[in-house]
Amino acid sequence: MALVSPKVKAATRDDVRAGLTRRDKNVSGLVLQIVLLIAVTTTLLILFTLLARLFVPAMPVFAERGTGFLTDTIGSSPDKVGIWPGIYGSLIIGLGVVVGTIPLGVAAAVYLEEYAKDRWYNHLIVVNIRNLAGVPAVIYGILGLTIFVGWLSPVTSGKTVIAATLTLAVLVLPVVIITASEAIRAVPQGLRDAGYGVGASKWEVTRDHVLPYAAPGILTGTVLSLARALGEAAPLILIGAITGLLPRTSLDGPFTALPMTIYSWSAKATPPDSTLEFAEVAAAAGVVLLCIVLLFNIVAVSMRNKYEKRRTGT
Amino acid sequence: MHAFFLIAASTSVVISALILYTLVDGAIDFVREIPFSQLIDRSTQPGWFPRRERFDLPTVLFGTMIMSLIAMVVAVPLGLGTAVFLSEYASGRTRRIIKPIIEVLAGMPSVVVGYFALKFIAPDIVGPLFNPDKVQNMLAAGMGIGILTIPIMASVSEDALSAVPGSLREASFGVGARKSSTVVQVVLPAAVSGIVAAFIITISRAIGETMVATMAGGLDGSGARATNPLDPGLSLTAAMTNASGGSDNVVAGAPFQVLFFLGLLLFLLTMFLNLIGNRFVRRVRQKY
Repeated sequence: MALVSPKVKAATRDDVRAGLTRRDKNVSGLVLQIVLLIAVTTTLLILFTLLARLFVPAMPVFAERGTGFLTDTIGSSPDKVGIWPGIYGSLIIGLGVVVGTIPLGVAAAVYLEEYAKDRWYNHLIVVNIRNLAGVPAVIYGILGLTIFVGWLSPVTSGKTVIAATLTLAVLVLPVVIITASEAIRAVPQGLRDAGYGVGASKWEVTRDHVLPYAAPGILTGTVLSLARALGEAAPLILIGAITGLLPRTSLDGPFTALPMTIYSWSAKATPPDSTLEFAEVAAAAGVVLLCIVLLFNIVAVSMRNKYEKRRTGT
Repeated sequence: MHAFFLIAASTSVVISALILYTLVDGAIDFVREIPFSQLIDRSTQPGWFPRRERFDLPTVLFGTMIMSLIAMVVAVPLGLGTAVFLSEYASGRTRRIIKPIIEVLAGMPSVVVGYFALKFIAPDIVGPLFNPDKVQNMLAAGMGIGILTIPIMASVSEDALSAVPGSLREASFGVGARKSSTVVQVVLPAAVSGIVAAFIITISRAIGETMVATMAGGLDGSGARATNPLDPGLSLTAAMTNASGGSDNVVAGAPFQVLFFLGLLLFLLTMFLNLIGNRFVRRVRQKY
């Protein structure tokens, strides 16, 4: 036990720093502060403008259409279109990512953090995962088009929501592995040592101590990657998501997803006799997508905060 | 158990191998049909017209370069400024309010930003300010990409700044330096490799960003070579989404195969940048 706990030390440090820096009243200091403040407020302003520019045109759509907007199918008149096929597609994609990527990603992270020894092939795997995380989404679209739409067409039936799900599951896999690795790395070594001390095997320690301790961190990472999978549109364009008419939703037929509806309606010309505009309908679909993605983000961030509090509190 | 976990981890290597294989395989098919010498259009009006089998590589490279540069002009000052503010100036309470807001921006789907660039930045910002010939242009798309990359610039450079040990700042205060001198002359130089990393990773993201360039670039898969940011332009990525043909076009021949060639180009370019960027990130970790 250290004589001075880190918490106390940090507080006094801050006090000293505050005392030292209070007399920063010269011109260059003020200029720097103003420049920084401008940068921050501009960033916040951009975000608020973006949100306003999305929510304001979306309002008439929700007022006019109500829940019909959520349950109707996509089509050619902005007065009648709905986003149901998009929601259906995104729902399947979300489910697929949860079922497919998370177990695989966590297993890979467990290997890298708990089992891997200092060997060349393990370094290769780590470097490779880091590089995969930086590969642009559109390239995963090419992979999906060739492998999941082409080679695996007996399983996926071609350009279907199954192929899309597999593509996006592969897209978020490196992110899941990286965040799960970080969560597992944060588990105190003493926990493992205690387990080994009472004669537990590596797998028993991992299953009963490491994974439960790391679970909130892993969950946070996976929720964030789920949000990313739901917002991604570029790979879906490549593997042929529908932007026109889609009479019925199915697992083995043409499909679309929520981001694709925004993409196609953004550029569509509104027919002259309709009261709503395609730009407004696109904004409304954007609001729905944003709400889903933000909800996931909020859940993830609040989970992380709670988790951090628990760790620093004990 | 060991073998099972090793297999799980190895899938990532398999994925990389498959990506590389599909890209190289398709790119070879393309190069067989269109020789390299035809990839620079030497006519008086050069441009990217896949349907007429005219593939002028400078058109898409310039498009990508111009949009990414504009994106950097937006993302670097705003992202770095936000990072310095959060790490050096903001009180704990301010940070707790602003950081989650920046995270909202980080989670923003690119298609939503594409909509914003198309329906707001182009007609309401770039339009009145610069009076371009066409409403949709590379400047608006570049600004959209910039907005999308602010959070990555901010978060990577904030990591670098917070990795600078407090003792360096205290030593600076101890010899009587002001806050501003400490930040500019001690903290920023100490974090420089991390900031370079942030810069490189942000460029890489900007180059690979697809939806904003496709939606707001102003071209539908083909167009003349353009070097003026106020002209419509085609990025590598936008050329790719258009080459794929989506759901209803016939996909065959060079106009489709070019997708793999461009994909390989983009893959190598972003991987090169990411490798350098990650090297700089590691340098920060080793130093402190």
